[in-house]
Amino acid sequence: MTTQQTTWTDLTEDATRQLAADFAGLLKPGDVLLLEGEIGAGKSTFARALIRSRLGRAEDVPSPTFTIVQTYPDAAGDIWHCDLYRLTSPEEAWELGLDDAFEEAICLIEWPDRLGQERPAKALTLTFAAGDPTHRITATGQRDWTARLGALHG
Amino acid sequence: MLTILGIESSCDDTAAAVVQGTPGQARVLSSEVFTQTAIHADFGGVVPEIAARAHVEKLDVVIAQALSRAGVALAELDGIAVTAGPGLIGGVLSGVMCAKGLSAATGLPLVGVNHLAGHALTPRLTDGIGFPYLMLLVSGGHCQFLLVRGHADYTRVGGTIDDAPGEAFDKIARLLGLPQPGGPAIELCAAQGDASAVPLPRPLLDRAGCDMSFSGLKTAVLRARNAAVAAHGGLRAVDQANLATAFQLAISDILAEKSRRALAAHPVTAFAVAGGVAANGQIRQALQAVCTTLDTEFMAPPLALCTDNGAMIAYAGLERLAHGEYDDLTLSARPRWPLDATSPAMLGSGKKGAKA
Repeated sequence: MTTQQTTWTDLTEDATRQLAADFAGLLKPGDVLLLEGEIGAGKSTFARALIRSRLGRAEDVPSPTFTIVQTYPDAAGDIWHCDLYRLTSPEEAWELGLDDAFEEAICLIEWPDRLGQERPAKALTLTFAAGDPTHRITATGQRDWTARLGALHG
Repeated sequence: MLTILGIESSCDDTAAAVVQGTPGQARVLSSEVFTQTAIHADFGGVVPEIAARAHVEKLDVVIAQALSRAGVALAELDGIAVTAGPGLIGGVLSGVMCAKGLSAATGLPLVGVNHLAGHALTPRLTDGIGFPYLMLLVSGGHCQFLLVRGHADYTRVGGTIDDAPGEAFDKIARLLGLPQPGGPAIELCAAQGDASAVPLPRPLLDRAGCDMSFSGLKTAVLRARNAAVAAHGGLRAVDQANLATAFQLAISDILAEKSRRALAAHPVTAFAVAGGVAANGQIRQALQAVCTTLDTEFMAPPLALCTDNGAMIAYAGLERLAHGEYDDLTLSARPRWPLDATSPAMLGSGKKGAKA
């Protein structure tokens, strides 16, 4: 199973939001984006912009840090925005119903390392790196993602 | 006069309380809180799975304690109020199911309460203030200015467009190698630092309005920390203290200035603050100073009623029940439940909008 990488560099906050909006148009239920990177590297900015763009309105997108999961009704299926930081084991993710969400919803998962071996193979991993002043995002996923990402500019 | 049991389990605390009185004139007969902080300290935060289980295990105990401390029997109550959201879904569900059980067994009305309404109405419980008033609700998951005109009439006049300050405190504490919860840890560490050593931005202060942003501040702290680590081969205690001090000052400056603007745009006679972040001494002082300048009464409920508690839920339930409002057994737990669903949402959204 080959994985391929795509990288976006020199991302300002606005450019990160634009990229997220482009991703919004690309996703369908069953897609899982794993958002990795240090605190302050832009994961939440990306997730918020993606959700708002997908919903087509300036929806209030609170951080899922305290509630672990925030769901949003989308015309195509629910969007799950998750922050797994406070989980201690992969089993807790299943208590949240994440396995079903991986099949039926569009999932944006922050701190996916908490999933351990249970990371879905079909997921696209976005790795965020904070630079000064711009950020970098690297996408890693199976081959079929490459074609889909080709639809994005850049 | 109504006597109400309140149940709260939407995040890390399990709480129950009995409140008695009428709207604007009520007193707390008992307020019991079981804090899970000790359990969670090992994990660096509130662990949801443990939280749900601990809520289930503790709910009937704190309820029994609250009733006994108040000297009130179940049969003497007029209603059972419970937090139905927003919050950690497992915790909220535990409370709602428990309240439904009590309601079904006793025939007492079940009153679902929005956790945020509980915080927002607390100044009426503690100080008996009249409507309207302006409220800054600032906690782990929330940060908003609410114009409170009635027990069910809230207008959000501003708020964070990204992180909540409590969350920022927790995350910055992690970046600085300080323990959780981050608020008290940073406040303690900040007592020893020099804010001027680390210039940090004040996001959105240059823009009109009452919206706030804390995400960029987080990134700025990350960069400053990385620079300090690179310069000295590790994070020295002095850098840790300076970063904590500068961060706390930045948050305090932003909250104070936006509060000043919110009060200028919505002149009311009283300004109240609630939520766990209101426990921070520097932030309280800054808000107090703003109110003194504007000749506005400043109200910060006692700390025990600023953080999550059952009394605010009982009181918010009392206001609802006094207006003839209550729920039935179809009451459901809601992880997201904005108090004001009509005001335009925050700015900072994706600028290009959806393609679909």
